[in-house]
Amino acid sequence: MSKMSRRSWASNPSYIDERYKSTILRGPLKSLVAIDPELAELTGPAFGAEVIGPLDHDLTRNGQVNGEPIGERIVVTGRVLDVHGNAIPSTLVEVWQANAAGRYVHKKDQHNAPLDPNFLGAGRCLTDAEGRYRFYTIRPGAYPWGNHYNAWRPNHIHFSLFGPTIATRLVTQMYFPGDPLLAFDPIFESVPEAARSRLVSDFSLDVTEEGFALGYVFDIVLRGFASTPMEVD
Amino acid sequence: MRIKQTPSQTIGPFFHYGLNPLEANYPHTQITGSCLVSPKIEGERIRLTGRVFDGKGVAVEDALVEIWQANAAGRYRHPGDTRVDRALDYDFSGFGRCGTGMHEGCHFSLYTIKPGSGQVGHAPFISVTLFMRGLLNHVYTRVYFDDEVAANAADPVFSSVDEKRQSTILAKRRDSREGVEYVFDIHMQGDQETVFFDL
Repeated sequence: MSKMSRRSWASNPSYIDERYKSTILRGPLKSLVAIDPELAELTGPAFGAEVIGPLDHDLTRNGQVNGEPIGERIVVTGRVLDVHGNAIPSTLVEVWQANAAGRYVHKKDQHNAPLDPNFLGAGRCLTDAEGRYRFYTIRPGAYPWGNHYNAWRPNHIHFSLFGPTIATRLVTQMYFPGDPLLAFDPIFESVPEAARSRLVSDFSLDVTEEGFALGYVFDIVLRGFASTPMEVD
Repeated sequence: MRIKQTPSQTIGPFFHYGLNPLEANYPHTQITGSCLVSPKIEGERIRLTGRVFDGKGVAVEDALVEIWQANAAGRYRHPGDTRVDRALDYDFSGFGRCGTGMHEGCHFSLYTIKPGSGQVGHAPFISVTLFMRGLLNHVYTRVYFDDEVAANAADPVFSSVDEKRQSTILAKRRDSREGVEYVFDIHMQGDQETVFFDL
């Protein structure tokens, strides 16, 4: 069996980053134990169209109660690829985010910004044959958090991806170009500097829909099977 | 061509309404939940329960536990597992999710079946992927069973783990009137820090 490429520590944060305080007691301190993935890790859940509802990809509509959600409509699209550039088709992409005011529907979010009765902020879709996904949503707002004095999270959308096996699992966040808060955000800054730009979407006039919604492109690269066993990233 | 991996970020504290909304009482459908069992599925019914502890021994209230496992015949429901001598169980996906903080004491509780051994010479185990606020990359481990002593000793991964740390990946069986429970506490740090695997 060909080898799964390993998680690249040049691309990923360390578990402990003192600037992001919750990591101090929650990140493992001992070294991870390296194993070669076996069948358990070279398989994983596969989801079909039956888990996708007709409005699951459209967050501007899937939470509507009595009108349109407030905020700037956006289209977010991109391709899910492996490190060899192969498209990953039919893989589940789940997203969740704050509303335009920077408030999550979540019951534990105590930020004093309004909830939007017409916005849930959660969606999902499957990638197509070319690995492409597409969501309609509202641009999320920034919000304060308790990490340090005057801490604000930059605008972001949470992404959860599976890929073909549980070894390719990825949970990450997509950011927006030109956001001045990025430079002050310890979660974004936890990523090695050379890899940070991979979390920032690109504005695209081509994806922008005339008279309707601004377009952003965010490609996502998961691990994949190495063509030669010695290949490392 | 080789392109670079997209970095991981924390799942944050507010994932429930997106990832396991029904169990957290949000008005949204979910792709899976904490019950993997339905009447026609073969296998011994078990509950996999536990808590996630931080470096101060405080139970984490906002973690997400995902499990992946073979069915009772040791077959994975995946196109990569084509072994026809092991029967598929069409009602069993092998994948479940449970958030902590929904139950008292921050327990997670998944209702599933005890998997068969997935490969000849390997012990049965359940794969666990764990996410939480403060965890910038998810962690991955395997839940072995404390009543499978001989199989565990022969298992190539279990037996490769430092003997002093093997107990951190053993679920403890508890039989009660409510059925079979395997208790698997996860310690992020400290003397009992769980063995996490790098794949």
